[in-house]
Amino acid sequence: MRPLLEGLRRIGRYPSALVGLAIILALVGTAVFTVVTIPYGQALELWRGGETWRMHPVNARPAWVDRIAGNNLPQTIIVSSDDAPITEEPFVGGKRLRIPLEFDFDYGGFPSELNLFLTSSHAEREPFVRLTWETPDGRQLNLGGRRPAREERVSISQDWELERRLGRVPHVGLFAAPGDDGPPEVLDGRYRLVLDAITFEEDARIGADLVVYGRVHGLAGTDHQRRDLMVALLWGIPVALAFGLIAAVGTTVTTLVIAAAGVWYGGWVDAVIQRLTEVNIILPMLPILVMVGTLYSTSIWVMLGVVIALGIFSAGIKMYRAMLLPIRESPYIEAARAYGAGNARIILRYMIPRILPVLIPTFVTLIPTFVFLEASLALLGLGDPVLPTWGKVMNDAQTQSALYHGFYYWVLSPAALLMLTGLGFAMLGFALDRIFNPRLRTM
Amino acid sequence: MNAPARDMRGSAAGPVLSARDLHTWFELRQWGFLRVGSVRAVDGVNFDLQAGESVAFVGESGCGKSSLARTLLGLHQPTRGEVVFEGRPLGMLNSAERKAYLARVGFVQQDPYGALPPFMDVRRILHEPLIVHGVRNRAEREQRAQEALEEVRLSPAADFLSKFPHMLSGGQQQRVVIARALILRPKLIIADEPVSMLDASVRVEILQLLRSIQREHGLTLAFITHDLSTVRHFAERIFVMYAGRIVEQAEVNELLNHPQHPYTQALLAAISDPDPDNARHQREVPPGEPPSLLKPPDGCRFHPRCNRMIAGTCDRQDPPDFEPRTGHMTACWLYR
Ligand SMILES: Nc1ncnc2c1ncn2[C@@H]1O[C@H](COP(=O)(O)OP(=O)(O)OP(=O)(O)O)[C@@H](O)[C@H]1O
Ligand SMILES: [Mg+2]
Repeated sequence: MRPLLEGLRRIGRYPSALVGLAIILALVGTAVFTVVTIPYGQALELWRGGETWRMHPVNARPAWVDRIAGNNLPQTIIVSSDDAPITEEPFVGGKRLRIPLEFDFDYGGFPSELNLFLTSSHAEREPFVRLTWETPDGRQLNLGGRRPAREERVSISQDWELERRLGRVPHVGLFAAPGDDGPPEVLDGRYRLVLDAITFEEDARIGADLVVYGRVHGLAGTDHQRRDLMVALLWGIPVALAFGLIAAVGTTVTTLVIAAAGVWYGGWVDAVIQRLTEVNIILPMLPILVMVGTLYSTSIWVMLGVVIALGIFSAGIKMYRAMLLPIRESPYIEAARAYGAGNARIILRYMIPRILPVLIPTFVTLIPTFVFLEASLALLGLGDPVLPTWGKVMNDAQTQSALYHGFYYWVLSPAALLMLTGLGFAMLGFALDRIFNPRLRTM
Repeated sequence: MNAPARDMRGSAAGPVLSARDLHTWFELRQWGFLRVGSVRAVDGVNFDLQAGESVAFVGESGCGKSSLARTLLGLHQPTRGEVVFEGRPLGMLNSAERKAYLARVGFVQQDPYGALPPFMDVRRILHEPLIVHGVRNRAEREQRAQEALEEVRLSPAADFLSKFPHMLSGGQQQRVVIARALILRPKLIIADEPVSMLDASVRVEILQLLRSIQREHGLTLAFITHDLSTVRHFAERIFVMYAGRIVEQAEVNELLNHPQHPYTQALLAAISDPDPDNARHQREVPPGEPPSLLKPPDGCRFHPRCNRMIAGTCDRQDPPDFEPRTGHMTACWLYR
């Protein structure tokens, strides 16, 4: 094993190996960070989507993309009644409330949506709420009245009545400077949505969250279900690395041991292994995986199992066999037999270590191929049903025609991470190849 | 000069290792199953090796010397006959006893670099046989590894323990191979052309080393060689092999001075020995090719190349062993 360590020590002399190693270490570090900060259960919960994400915009692009483009598109603004200067006027059998929700808006674009979330803690009779929109230039618009249930979403953006009155979709119309002709312009300044409410129970309470949805969000943006893509991009790292590593280790180790056993025992053992390999090589992997995924399960563990099972009797067996055949005849093996080493010891301690240095580069470059395989399966819609992965993000992007709609970030960020992973392992693998293979020639 | 060894040989304990009618045939198959014949690499070999003696097996390339060595080590299953170690046939041993037998026999191969796993350091190489034979205590293994290195004059041992084979010279590599053969404290060492791949300058050194270790520990040494000229100094007895058989055996000086079998005579003549005693023997190299081991000639295997062939006998009947001089056996009809 010492030459192995010696070789690994020489990595320092190859800048590309160091870059590759740095990328891999960064990915591993991020993966650990992710798993610690967003535990598995929470990640699944988040990725299931739904109400958790109701205050996130739909298809917002990453904030930094906008920053680079210099567009100053709006971020999401949430104004809560908890921070508002509420005025209360009790009367017998109820009270009168005035909740002003104020915010400053000075962006180079209109919001993507406008929603008001009302909560009411009444026992029997719903309160009544009237909404008034006040623009920075002092115009007031009556947005109508509501009798909110305990939890109510007031979709201002989808108020057709209002849209007809404004002549534009509400989240544009409400923020536009007055003037009918030409494209609408954003009117900067302080906006206010005033809620005038009457409750018919003395201790009833009303809460309100006004959400002015932005067009940019965080580092990764959001998808069509308002989910923050960061969750999937981050969780994709441990999933991809684990899948790639387990698959690569699983196939390499079993393939190696089987090839060595075939070479060592020869005869029918070898013949059976060779025939199995030949049959397996012509079986197409992807269609089988698609079949398993469609008919049985798309669980990542099932896929991993099938990938390893199909990978065992792979072309690698032929390669390892060719490398091991001359080793089987080498005098040091004969010497080991002459002092009584058993079959298992000869296979594991004398034959396999001999070709291990050559396999390390292959092994390292094998990892990303499994990462890509997992992503391809997800892209084909055969991703794990619950796990957030890069492939799933790309699959969503594809079904939602992300590129057609110009949501490049949706496709590019998982793709970039995949490429980064491939690059890291490839750079390390190729450098290792250069380290270990010239040595092999002199061995 | 080699009196102590002779004493031991004469002891009543009986032979250390014997071959009885030993045959090792390699089956030749076509398309994996059709038998088309056998290579008779070892074809009826008999001998006894006494404790503490050094014997040499000589013969031309392909006559089955290595096959014989491997059969003695149990690396090939004999087709017929048996190898007997300290009175017990190997075929009768169970697997634990067979393993114990392997600890009693050391093996030194021809190519020292090939004989050492390139990915192990000398320490590991020397520990391996001990691990295989259940020496669990690391300190004890280390101790024995150091002793073995001192034994083969690789000192200070600590310097060599952490070296890898490719960092050693050919001679040093062969010393490590010998140390590995010694580390299980064998009674017998089988060395298959131990110096033929080494630089001429270190050959004698290695042979002397083997010889002195053999004497010191009273080991039995069986070495295979091509080189008749050095045999005199390193062996007490010589076995001459031809086409899978032993055709002549005697004490070293007896055999070299009075070769009886025409094949031995030809062999000796072929090496231009400056010794005037040998110079008067026939000079011709054995004419013709070594015989096919697949279809050995009828009668004496040497008869197609023999210049003293007796027609009607040598080409018909297999010669038994004759004893033309005391203690000097040869399988040749000339001495009927
Ligand atoms: N495993 C084997 N399978 C088939 N044939 C073999 C095998 N090992 C040796 N032989 C054949 O047996 C014959 C004797 O070979 P062996 O290696 O014993 O000769 P040798 O006397 O050691 O020759 P050399 O001096 O060249 O080492 C050769 O014809 C060889 O081809
Ligand atoms: Mg040989």
